[in-house]
Amino acid sequence: MYRAGVTAVAENLKESPLQSVHRAAGARLIPFGGWLMPLQYQDILEEHRAVRDRAGLFDVSHMGEILVLGPGAACLLQGLLTNNALLMEEGQVIYSPMCDDDGGVLDDLLVYRLGCEEYMVVVNAANTARDLNRFRSRAGEGVEIRDLSGRLALLALQGPLSEGILSALAGPALPGCYRFARLKLAGVECIVSRTGYTGEDGFELYLEAGAAPLVWNALMEEGEGRGLVPAGLGARDTLRFEASLPLYGRELNEKTTPLEAGLGRFVKLDKGPFSGRDALVKQAREGLSRRLAGLSMVDRGIPRAQCPVLAGGRTAGAVTSGGYAPTLNARLALAYLPPEMAPGDRVAVLIRGKECGALVVPLPFYKRRV
Amino acid sequence: MVPEGLLYSADHEWVRVDGKICRVGVTHPAQEAMGSVVFIELPEAGIKVAAGEFLGVLESVKAASEYYAPVAGRVLAVNGELRESPGLINEDPYGRGWILEMEPDDPADLDGLLTPRGYMDLLAGGEK
Repeated sequence: MYRAGVTAVAENLKESPLQSVHRAAGARLIPFGGWLMPLQYQDILEEHRAVRDRAGLFDVSHMGEILVLGPGAACLLQGLLTNNALLMEEGQVIYSPMCDDDGGVLDDLLVYRLGCEEYMVVVNAANTARDLNRFRSRAGEGVEIRDLSGRLALLALQGPLSEGILSALAGPALPGCYRFARLKLAGVECIVSRTGYTGEDGFELYLEAGAAPLVWNALMEEGEGRGLVPAGLGARDTLRFEASLPLYGRELNEKTTPLEAGLGRFVKLDKGPFSGRDALVKQAREGLSRRLAGLSMVDRGIPRAQCPVLAGGRTAGAVTSGGYAPTLNARLALAYLPPEMAPGDRVAVLIRGKECGALVVPLPFYKRRV
Repeated sequence: MVPEGLLYSADHEWVRVDGKICRVGVTHPAQEAMGSVVFIELPEAGIKVAAGEFLGVLESVKAASEYYAPVAGRVLAVNGELRESPGLINEDPYGRGWILEMEPDDPADLDGLLTPRGYMDLLAGGEK
């Protein structure tokens, strides 16, 4: 039950540039995607609530950043991603799945159009090496791929008070939703984008790794009086789960298509050829055999990943993420189920061999009031 | 926070011996490691268990953790208050957060448990 915290530098784990800041703040560190990252600084529930009610500051420097440069950059991205990279303006961010030829999701990522022929792609830590290989192997003449992953820090300032805290340091001209700007914080140039993974308003800040402690401390100093707290990957997971944002490795993997995951609005089947298009066109035409659905427990018990879901006494699917949702005070699960199942339908989740009743509910579980 | 006057298992349960009856819960370091407990699965009173046998599950925000019988015996009672307020395990692990009471088959088995000193040594050594 009790596991001693990882206190020594474990073998082969990369360390965030904020490691000493985290240790000083009493963070519990865990290996995640090849990195040693903060799981929590205090209680996960407290951090979760702080982000919903006030603001939280996350270190997500484990994310990979890949620069795609040159006259062929846009075309390369257009051929690899399901979303439309050609429509991007400078200063814009888009979310996109990246699929293999069968339509299976290889990764889900953000694309930043930094300049005319300059894009930054932000990928999941555990997939960075594979993504880099894919980009490099597909890059023809006129495209340069550069890995910035070790050199950049990524901070996420999330929660309703984020805007006020950030504007106190960076001025009032902050980017709008899915836009970014180059702003100076504590004298440090940052790419500030209005994106996040919590279901709240918020910002993600990319900056040179060495300057990360300075910017982190400036944000904490500015925000502490307003209730800003450092938050770890534990709260990041409960927040994204409650907001029904998919996590690679749980809701998304090579055996799942973005259409099944409910990400159809990020799949532009009519934009021209791209990896996985034929398979996805076929799936869209023939219909889905399963689809990501939300469940809310009626009976006692907490559903966890891989618990089977039964409908009419037969296995209908399995839970991909499950747990207690603090803001909603409910026990919820994301699960792949036959597409005909609809909100209100009764199912059972098999938890440690026991059938526990649950209801299919609409997604997302949580949506912030705007 | 490892109080005197209790015995401890290597699985991080504490045992308070009171005559023939033992009250059992999870230790402060264990609840701290788990974080907020949001659900508990309790065994049924009356069941017989072997030492180290699965008794139930504690669900925290992060994950499920099992807890085990510190000694062989029979479960006499469970703390029903935890069904509504599982957070008592965090707030008061050695008091209102107790989980169950059991009667050991052989009181001599209690000698196999750890003293507070022994448990602290276990914590200091970390888990291998």
